[in-house]
Parts: sequence; C-alpha cells; structure tokens
Amino acid sequence: MANRSQIIGGLAFAAAAVAAPFLPDWVVSLATIAFANALVVLGLIVLWRAGLVSFGQALYYCLGGYVVALIARWTGFTDAFVLVLLGGIVGGIVAFILGFLIARYREIFFAMLSLALSMILYGVLVKTESLGSTDGFSVLTPTFIGYAPHRDALNLALYWLTLGICAFSALGVGAYFRTIAGALAAPVRDNEIRVEFLGVSVSHVIHVKVVIAGILGGLGGGLAALAIGHVDPNMAYWTTSGSFMFVAILAGAGSVAAAFVGSLLFEGVRSFAADTMPQFWQMILGTALLVTILFVPEGLGSLLLRLRRRKARPS
Amino acid sequence: MLTALSILTDGLAYAAYLFIIAIGLTLIFGVMKILNVAHGSFYAFGAYGAATAVGIYFNGHDWNAAGGFLFMVIAGMAIGLVLGLVLERGILRWVYGKDEVIVVLVTYAVFLILEDLVVLIWGAQSYPAYQPLVAAGSIDLGDLVLSNYDIVLVVLAALLAVGSSWALRFTRYGRLLTTVIFDREIAAAFGINVTVVYTVTFLIGAMLGALSGAVMAPKISVTLGIGVEVIVLAFAVVAIGGMGSIEGALVGALIVGICRAAAVHLVPQIELFVIYGVMAAVLIVRPYGLFVRAQPRKI
Amino acid sequence: MSDILAVRDLEKTFGSLLAARDITVSVPAHQTVGVIGANGAGKTTFVNMITGHLRPTKGSIWFEGNEITGRPSREITRLGISRSFQVAQIFPTLTVFESMCMAAAIGRHTGGFFSHIVTPLHSTEAIADAEAAIALFQIAAYRDTRALALPQGVRKLLDIGMAIAGHPRLLLLDEPTSGISIEEKFDLMQIVMSALKSRKITVLFVEHDMEIVGRFADRVLAFYDGTVIADGTPGQTLDDPKVQELISGTRLKGVAAGRAAGA
Repeated sequence: MANRSQIIGGLAFAAAAVAAPFLPDWVVSLATIAFANALVVLGLIVLWRAGLVSFGQALYYCLGGYVVALIARWTGFTDAFVLVLLGGIVGGIVAFILGFLIARYREIFFAMLSLALSMILYGVLVKTESLGSTDGFSVLTPTFIGYAPHRDALNLALYWLTLGICAFSALGVGAYFRTIAGALAAPVRDNEIRVEFLGVSVSHVIHVKVVIAGILGGLGGGLAALAIGHVDPNMAYWTTSGSFMFVAILAGAGSVAAAFVGSLLFEGVRSFAADTMPQFWQMILGTALLVTILFVPEGLGSLLLRLRRRKARPS
Repeated sequence: MLTALSILTDGLAYAAYLFIIAIGLTLIFGVMKILNVAHGSFYAFGAYGAATAVGIYFNGHDWNAAGGFLFMVIAGMAIGLVLGLVLERGILRWVYGKDEVIVVLVTYAVFLILEDLVVLIWGAQSYPAYQPLVAAGSIDLGDLVLSNYDIVLVVLAALLAVGSSWALRFTRYGRLLTTVIFDREIAAAFGINVTVVYTVTFLIGAMLGALSGAVMAPKISVTLGIGVEVIVLAFAVVAIGGMGSIEGALVGALIVGICRAAAVHLVPQIELFVIYGVMAAVLIVRPYGLFVRAQPRKI
Repeated sequence: MSDILAVRDLEKTFGSLLAARDITVSVPAHQTVGVIGANGAGKTTFVNMITGHLRPTKGSIWFEGNEITGRPSREITRLGISRSFQVAQIFPTLTVFESMCMAAAIGRHTGGFFSHIVTPLHSTEAIADAEAAIALFQIAAYRDTRALALPQGVRKLLDIGMAIAGHPRLLLLDEPTSGISIEEKFDLMQIVMSALKSRKITVLFVEHDMEIVGRFADRVLAFYDGTVIADGTPGQTLDDPKVQELISGTRLKGVAAGRAAGA
C-alpha cells in the first residue's frame, strides 16, 4: 500500500544509486557524507515536529562514529553494515537512558540540557588520551560482507550502504509519522494538557522520539566515520549540532525528503564555499539562516509542500 | 593546605571570569526572554577592541598602566554599545514575541555572521594584549603566587554583582526592569514602555558582554574563535543559576569556578566537562536553575 | 451496584484548607446531573477527584462497581471517564477532523504506547468514529477548519466531541456554556445534551446558569462550603430555601417557565 511520496522517494533513491558509477568520485563522497548527516537531521525533524529543538544531537553522531571506530580497532571486525548498525543501536540505548531525564523538559530547557549532555561527551573525549584526545584517531577501512574494496569501489560501496540505510530510515520514519504516536507530535506541541486528558502519556511519546532521534544520530555518525575515515571529539561539539540544526531549519519539518535534499544542498554549498570563499562561509550560513527564519519560518521544504497542496486543492 | 588554597584562589579567579561573562547574558534573558547566542560575539568584539586599544596605548608610550586598563575597558564597551545598537534595532526587534527557540536560532545566525565579520575587520592573526596583566604584577604569599590582575577581576566581579543588585532594587529604572522581568504584559499594562526597556537592556547586556571580553583580553590570546567556547560556558553558568537571576549567575559562577579549580588540581581528566556535569546535575534537580521557581502554567 | 458512579465520604484537604468534606453521592447510569455552587464551593475539587487529578484525603470513589480512588488520571480516562474544560482545550493547528480523528484513534487503542507506535492514525474505524462525532455535534461545516480559527461555540463542541470520541461511559463537563453568549447557550446545550443522550453517556455538568441547569438536568447537586447541601430534581433543589439563600437567589417562577418553553 505504497503512497505517492513513498513511490517518488523510492524512485529518487533508486536513481541516486544507479547514477553513482557515472558520477565523479568527489560527488559520490560528498553525497555519502551529506546523506549520513541527513539521518541526524531527520532525527532533529522527528523532535521538532513535537515542538522540541535539540541543541545536542551531535552527542549521538559522535557516539555512532566512535562506536564504529573503536569496535573496528579493538576487535578487528570491519564489516561496515554491522558496525554502523551497532552505532545506531548504541545511540538508541544511550538515548533511551537519557530519555528518562530529558523527556520531562520542554523548550529552552530541553535544548540546553541536550547541549550540556553533548558537551559532557566532548569534554570526556578531549581528556581521554587513549582515544587520541583532540586529534581523535583514524577509522580502519571497512569491508562489505567479506569483500575489501579499494578506492573508487570503496567509495561506491560506502555510498550504496549509506543510500540503503537512508532509504530504510526514510521509510521507517515516514511510516512512524503516520502512526498515532508519530502523529501525536502536533497535538503534544499544541496542547499537552489535552493529550494527557485523552489518556496518553506525553513523556512516553517524547521518550520514543528521543530514542528514534538517537538511533538516527548514531547511524549517521557511524556512516560519517566510515566515509571520512576519521573521528574526533569535534563531532560532539555544539557547533556540529548547530550545523545539523541549520539544515533542519532550512529544510523545514514538513517532510522526510526535505532532510535529504536539504543536506545535499548544504554539503554542496559548503564544499563550494570552502573552495572559493572560506572566509565568508559562516556569514553566508548565518544570513541564509536569518532570511529563512524571518521570511520562510517553516523551511524551504514547506514552499514545496504549499505548491503540492495548491495543486491538490480542487476538492 | 597549599592545594586547598590554590583551589580557592584559582576557583575565585575563574568564578570572577565566568560571572563577568554571564551577567550580561542572564540580564538579557531575564528581561527579554532571549537566550542570546551572539553574546559570544560581544565577548569577541570586546576582546579585539581591547587588544587594539592596548596596542595603541602601550606602543612606544610610557603611560600609566592603570590608564591603559581603563582605556582598554572603555574601548571594549564602546564597541559593545555600537554592536548592540545595530543588532537590536536592526534585527532583533523584528523577532520580539516569536517563539523563544526561534529567537535563539536568530541570535545563532547573527553570531555566525559576526564571526566572519571579526575576521574581515581584524584578520586571522592573534593580537597580544598582555601589557595590563604584566604591569599589574603579582603578590607572593609564601608558596602561593597571586596575579594582581586576577584580584582586579575578582573585585570587578564583586562590584558588578553588588552594583547590579542595588540598581535593580533601588533605582527607578532598575525597578522598571524588575517589573518587566516578572511579567512583560502586566508591565506594559502599567504603561511601561517595554520597547525602550528592551533596547536599553540589550545595550547594557551588550556592553557587559563586551566588557567581559575586554578584561579577559590580557589573559588570553585574542584570536579566531574565542567567542565559540565562551557561549557554552556562559549558558552553563546561567542555566545553573537560573535564567534571569543575577544572584543565580553569581552562585553558579562560584560553584563552577571552585569545582573546576578542584578538578584541575585533583582530577585533571574531568576538568573540561565538570561545568557541563554540574549544569546537568543542577538541571536534573532544579529544572529551572537554582534561583528561579517553576513558572505556573497560564491557561 | 447498578450505579455507574458512587462516591462515599469523600474528603480533600490542602494543608489546613478543607476543600471538600462528607460527600456521598450515587449516580445511576444514563442520568444527567447538574452541579451548582459558588466559586470555591468544592465543585472543581469534586470533579478533579473523580477524574484522578486529585487524590482524596479520605473516602472512596467507585466506577461501574470498581474502586478507582487514587488511580492516576490516565488510567481513569482509559477506564471510561472523560471530561471537557471550562476553557476549551483544543489543538490550534489541527483541523476539526484531524482533532476528532486523533481522539477517536486514541480512544480505540487504549493498549498503551506500544500500540500507538504501530497503529496508523487514519484507520477506517477512527475515521468513521470521527465523522460520526462531527455529525453528532453538528459541526460538519467546520470539518476542515483549523481549530484556532473556530468561533467559541464550535470550540466548545469540539472539546466535548473529543472527550466522547473514545466512547466513555461517564462524562464530566466543566461549565460547558461559559464564554458563550446568552443567545447561543441554549442551542449549544441542546446539541450537546441530545448528542450525549443518544450515546447513552452519563453526564455530570458544572454550571452557573440556573436556567440551563433547570432545563437540562435530571438531578441537581448543590455544593456549598465543600459539601453537598441539596440533592434532588431541579425543581426540588432550585426551590430549596438553603440553595436559594446561599447559591442561586430566589427564582422568579414566571420568567423561568417562559424561558424554558420558548428558548
């Protein structure tokens, strides 16, 4: 019973997968990182729909990355799929535990507590010599069910893995949004008291969202670690959380697709700016953010949704 | 014994530093309900301004060091004033009344822009401003060496704390601010011009932020990215003390200062995250910070 | 016990304040009970204890033969007791249909939050329940309007509609006509009461408007100073001299009769 968005999304992912061998290497690498980050952004969107803004998703991103890097280093096990999955699982478990604390907070306090928690991880990692402190350490080359590809083939393999995990996550989150718990995001945001009086525990609803965002963050971080080949404490720094938030705001919380398209655009512009005008990059970011918040507060993705709705209006 | 004394003095010095940074942030939040990420920019601009002033004052002249300190501080605060005015009238006033988190994101955007602006104005090199620090000298107390500059900072922090409390409680304008902190709508209903109060508060907060950067300039290397770390530190102190509470910022700064000093001397591995650990711990027990009671829900 | 709701020797103190005392009431199924009394008389405390938001200091509460004293409010809602609010509690950004659908879907899946994660929102049953509730409360004209754009009367109907979308057997209405203009009060209550009667829901409603109470209640409880001072048919209670002295004032017979007939 696939609906229109699922079909379009599926086709888009298929197209992206098929096109890869014909695209230059750097595009494939860029796209891999963009899609990995998009998972974290998707987690942010899940929370944002319920009115919660997390300033600390970098916590799970960093956890995912370090889990992948450490397990490979300590056990010699290098299967990419399993490693990334473990990253996601650890992200989910940590989110589950922290959720008991953080699901009771809202608004600014939710944001600040999530920030504090990610900075704690940062602080711990920076001071841990065995983990390379501020330099971090490199990630062993991954393998794929026994195969050990190199260079271009490795690039492609990572790309396809990322696409696969993204497609799966997109489907999963989309389905979640259509369930009662997922759809409760707007009511929770609008009027928590009413939701409680309907017999639903708002903390439970939010706890689930925190866990979903944690899993997605861990998956994204794991994939990014493999793609970049390196992990360091900066993955947990608040500015990393800030860049995820930036993409989420640009994209808007309206659709799952927005996370991926937005992230791709962001990485593209970031690359371009790094090459041509690195000294203006933050200024451009800041201005774009400002303009979006002031004039298109629901994100650029919402413009697309408005167009779609207008076409479907006739009824 | 020496360790304990070192912890105390280091802790006090660090607490002074944190308090001076945090007071502007908590004031702006208390009155305007805005968590100003660009506070880091005020700090940075204040520091760069101070470094420039120090460069002008101390190069080739044999003038009084205390005068240099004063010049440096005034230069920093002047820059803060101008920056604050531009930000408040130019950008912030368009977002008053919007959701708190949205406003935070706006200030984050402004912070990003200003980060690059700093580089455009001052370039990527670092600016030394050590002269006031060195000129102040130090005191020897047996095995303990105290920097006089740190003592100056502690005194400054104390003055700010006492001065602001007094001003808020005993001056007419201070009491206006307190009313607006309590409830903006009621204040407006009383005929208080909330817009003007907002502007003035933001300017004071900006100047305090710039002041913190200016007085810290001699102690640090004034270079790229100094605003970034300061933001989270200020946030943490304000969150611990309670947003909008100056006493809270003071107590928060003291707690964090002493804890961090203890960590540095006893358990160096946890130094960096002790502040966030304290913040998380406090928020768990008192979600709104130490000095702010929970707000009753208004239906 | 064939009474749907029974309350015995209920008492609630807040520190040294005795907000409710010696309340013993039994409500048979399908009855419509009006609850009157001045502000601070204990009506809201009474309602809050039944819905689980306050734990009684003494006494017991029984619903359909089972004791529910002190149980958490979420559990009580799932058992079949629902309430509406003096200020309509709605979801501003959802349309009427979406709000009803949500309430209906939640009402149908009381299995706790795991079932919520796997159950789609727009199931055929939930949609059907929502459409039925919308029709029942005659707000179909506003089906696709966002709740924040609704006029006050429709908001109230939505609020009550959401409260019954989950098929409760007992409904507590907190001042259903407050904030509604005099001309619209009767029509609103007419819609609400016929809807509730058709669903065979037992109703307790708190009201300050004596004419509304007189017209729509089968039975009236009068609260004063934390306890029930009168309990009987509207005629009996509203004519009770104690009630007239402490709560309602003397009823002008001619005017009241004319209103009830002509409104």
